Amino acid sequence: MSTAVQQTPPAAPETTGGTAASALRGRLEEALLPPIVAILAAMVVGDLLILSFGQSPGAVYRLLLEGTWGNAYGFGQVLYKTTTLTLTGLAVALALRAGLFNIGAEGQLAAGGFMAALLGLLLPAGTPWLLAVPLCLVAAALGGGVVGAVPGALKARFGAHEVIVTIMLNFIVLALLNWLVAAHLHVPETLHTPDIRAGGVARLGGIFTGSAANWVILVALAAAGAVWFYLFRTRRGYDLRAVGLQPDAAEYAGVRVGGVWMRAMAVSGALAGLGGVNFVLGYKHYYEDGFSGGSGFLGIAVALVGRNDPVGVVFAALFFATLSQGGLAINAVVPKQMVEVLQGVVILAVAIAVPEVRRLLRTRARRA
Amino acid sequence: MIVLIFLLQTIRIAIPYLFAASGGVLAERAGVVSLTLEGFMLSGAFCATLGSHYSGSAWVGLLCGAAGGLLMGLLHAVASIRYKADQIVVGIAINLLVVGITRFFLHLAFDSSSNSPRVPGFGGENAGSGIEALAANPLVWMGLVLVPIMGWLIYRTPFGLRVRAVGEHPLAAESVGVPVPRVRYMAVALSGLLASLGGAYLALDQHQFTDQMTAGRGYVALAAVIFGRWDPVRAGIACLLFAAAETLQIQLQGLEAIPSQFVSMIPYLLTIIALAGIVGRSVPPAALGRAED
Amino acid sequence: MPPERTAAPVVRMAGIEKGFGSVLANREASLEVGAGEIHALVGENGAGKSTLMRILSGMFTPDAGTVEVFGRDVTGWSTAEAIAAGVGMVHQHFMLVPTLTVAENVALGSEPTRGMLLDRDRARRDVEERSRTSGLAVDATRPVSALSVGEAQRVEILKTLHRGAKVLILDEPTAVLSPPEVQELWGVLRGLRDGGATVILITHRLDEVMEISDNITVMRAGRTVDHIRTADTTPAHIARSMVGREVALAAEADVYRPPARGPEARPVLEVRDLVVSAHGRPRAVDGVSFEVRPGEILGIAGVEGNGQTELIEAIAGLTLPTSGAIVLNGADVTESHVRARGDAGISHIPEDRHRRGLLMDYSVAENLVLGQQHRFQKGMALDRERIARNASEQVRAYDIRPTDPALPARALSGGNQQKIVVAREMMRDFHLLLAAQPTRGVDVGAVEQIHDRLRQARDAGKAILLVSAELNEVLALADRVAVMYAGRFAVVMPREQASEDVLGPYMTGAQREAA
Repeated sequence: MSTAVQQTPPAAPETTGGTAASALRGRLEEALLPPIVAILAAMVVGDLLILSFGQSPGAVYRLLLEGTWGNAYGFGQVLYKTTTLTLTGLAVALALRAGLFNIGAEGQLAAGGFMAALLGLLLPAGTPWLLAVPLCLVAAALGGGVVGAVPGALKARFGAHEVIVTIMLNFIVLALLNWLVAAHLHVPETLHTPDIRAGGVARLGGIFTGSAANWVILVALAAAGAVWFYLFRTRRGYDLRAVGLQPDAAEYAGVRVGGVWMRAMAVSGALAGLGGVNFVLGYKHYYEDGFSGGSGFLGIAVALVGRNDPVGVVFAALFFATLSQGGLAINAVVPKQMVEVLQGVVILAVAIAVPEVRRLLRTRARRA
Repeated sequence: MIVLIFLLQTIRIAIPYLFAASGGVLAERAGVVSLTLEGFMLSGAFCATLGSHYSGSAWVGLLCGAAGGLLMGLLHAVASIRYKADQIVVGIAINLLVVGITRFFLHLAFDSSSNSPRVPGFGGENAGSGIEALAANPLVWMGLVLVPIMGWLIYRTPFGLRVRAVGEHPLAAESVGVPVPRVRYMAVALSGLLASLGGAYLALDQHQFTDQMTAGRGYVALAAVIFGRWDPVRAGIACLLFAAAETLQIQLQGLEAIPSQFVSMIPYLLTIIALAGIVGRSVPPAALGRAED
Repeated sequence: MPPERTAAPVVRMAGIEKGFGSVLANREASLEVGAGEIHALVGENGAGKSTLMRILSGMFTPDAGTVEVFGRDVTGWSTAEAIAAGVGMVHQHFMLVPTLTVAENVALGSEPTRGMLLDRDRARRDVEERSRTSGLAVDATRPVSALSVGEAQRVEILKTLHRGAKVLILDEPTAVLSPPEVQELWGVLRGLRDGGATVILITHRLDEVMEISDNITVMRAGRTVDHIRTADTTPAHIARSMVGREVALAAEADVYRPPARGPEARPVLEVRDLVVSAHGRPRAVDGVSFEVRPGEILGIAGVEGNGQTELIEAIAGLTLPTSGAIVLNGADVTESHVRARGDAGISHIPEDRHRRGLLMDYSVAENLVLGQQHRFQKGMALDRERIARNASEQVRAYDIRPTDPALPARALSGGNQQKIVVAREMMRDFHLLLAAQPTRGVDVGAVEQIHDRLRQARDAGKAILLVSAELNEVLALADRVAVMYAGRFAVVMPREQASEDVLGPYMTGAQREAA
């Protein structure tokens, strides 16, 4: 007489086992969703704010577009801002792909810019740019990379949550840099270092003369390509994405999760550090306290709207850069601070709407 | 005498931290990440300025400040609890949003991009920072008394028990009929209100609102919460500790012994050390950040 | 003797339907229980018993059907309402807040107050009082995290009684208890029943059902299939109801086929005195020693939760053992990293493909190299050509559908997902295969195919360690059968001596081989 009945294990929550076509459509919906939500949210709130100032939304939007994509100087400024945002966006996106939240891009950006300026000051004045620029880029990447590696190591070794560590480190790094410049390295009456002697990157000439746009944009685009290749074509990228998706499965697959975390944070920091080069090597040719100006935090928005995808990040950077420059263009009519409100609104809207819509889509699929 | 001055100065600096940290402890104990303390404080500062300016009364300013924080708290709650958005992203978004909103309305109301006009605070125009001025400021008393009150709230009341349960094991709480979302809403809304009072104190004490005047204090408060291991009294002590370090630096300013930047780093360094478990482990509430039960 | 059933049932559930996503957990499920009764709700894993009871206790709302308690229609009520009406559930995974004390946990949700304060003294006294009257021994002031599993369960029951539960639902309560604790529990339940309360016991242990229950409801695949008085039935009858016709099918389809040659002499795997702790269970594997030789399948039978998972994870390298040794082909691998073990010749079909075995968002092709991705490199980059070739080979060999290797694993059915894992682990070079629940969720036709592959591998001289909660599967494949109970091997015997009747007592701990 048997006293126990063998158990049929519970059917694991089954997938809807659809066709290839429906899977593709699902992915398309998901990829387009954040940008659409972002633009919609910006427009709705933008309309409200513009109306509260007694202006017409249509006129203001036209002014915004004219000031950004409608003239060469404006577009040059947009390109300049896109460069920095692309790099910080890539930094955040890469870390997120590994399941890590890098809020420290602001500090890593500043550290990278500082290291580039430092090297630029130390190098002799006649150094050929073919040597000086790459060296300064490496310095920037190292600066940001070291700052990024700290939270990575703390997480791998102690399980310390990287969100808090990166936020704290931001303040520490910025304070440190502030002290270095204010106490030792600044040009009198200013908060910036002397002009660098070597490693400067030329502005984009031609139609963009007068704007801050410079050749560092190539670095940003190259970085986007490199990150894409790293994530989707290399074995380390395979490991990294696995850790971000299902750490248990990555562990099963022989991936050392702690090592991936460290590497991801270091590379993420390095990318953000490169972002600093845009201002230091490409624009002002010196390091200035506070030059980061929120680009590190905006990188989070860029990564979010760009869905952590290198190509998406570039377009999202373009969006936020346009918004930022557009604020200046409409400043005579509506205060440019409106743009900052829109930035916050966009992030919030995307953060809320995307999971919500995803949930709605899933319920609709279930009822079908 | 020097000790008294030191103490008063420390208290003066600590008050905003105490408000925000108390709110932060409550919300995080309920399982909701409080990166928003900075934004709550700033909105409190701004609304308090508006209220005081248009009414001429610091008390009205205080109430407006609280209302502003309450509103932001509700926004955080709705996004994080109802819509289950990623609480870290929501935190960053709200902080950015508040900076933008305050700047926008600063421009709209006062036609300035950096500061508001002078507004009445508590204790008159020329109050100074002596002991009489501090004693006359109701927010000082509220801030100090809030620490034991929060301790009492969390450990001695039914609401506090529910908050603790909800932040550790929401499913268990739900299984005995505790309305988990409602408890979280209350905790987060209250944290908004409390943190904003810290901002209101800042603005009314300085008699004006300046752009981004909170300057990271909200993050220091969060650091105090973590360093204090999510206990209201320990967090309060951490606030005093951080404030004391700041006071020390100000007192030593003439000596230039330690640059101010390094002193400002102290709270952040201590928090990282706490998180790394070098001085005992700092374990957050188990359900922190997960709105999906 | 239980009192006679009164006319009106205390609980009546009819026509219950409940779905989650695409899974229908309950359909046409029903239940009728009276006062002063211990009622067993029986069925296999996944039969829908827990879901049905969670509907009764207010955690879920049914998509269709009615729930009546004490004659009142309460369909779709909340947990708060259920508790107020006297229906309380003790869950399999305890609903206790670890950082709070016993008294605080019991008080939660209905806290006694003195003014605005918590009346902590009264909470403590309430617990002590209740503990005395019910016979459940607990210490009111200890934090729950410090309690043993048996103590924690007593607190859970106390919680429901504290709220005046007249209907007590227990979900697999004995899964975590030792035999003497089980008897204690029976004493408490009998006391409650004799006092007029209603107890509903969710279980799959038939010996317990016969011992303690008055009536039985059997569920299968989400519906209620049988309703019997315990006195009128036998375990065999219950088992038939639980499993349905498939039992006969299974007996025909899986017939043990011994290997052509006996196993070789030198073992591939040696495990010596292995002790493994995991997730707060100090000795989940409590001193296990055995060997597996090339050309044999060692099948570990037993109800899930007796340490099989931890054993496999330790051998695979995913958990570090507390003590003991794991030796592969003469080399000590006890502390080796997962990848090193894979390179040394261990293949692993994990029991949870969703968590461990597959990356749901990766493509089929990417999943088919999971664990071996370092072998598919060309410099820093992945060798996509080889990965594609590998994929088309394995998709064809195991008939994985749909055949497009670029599809995300998420898009495939459960059975095909499992085939990805099996194909990947079996089509590479290995000496030892760890197969944990290898045919879970796989349709019948594919099960046969996978079983054939396992036998082929064995005949080709591989060593296979099989863990399955399906006794039939173990009996169909294993050359030697071990039964795991409470972290130890209760018995190891050659297949010829093994059968359901022989193994059953070992599986429930009723019998244990002298060490």
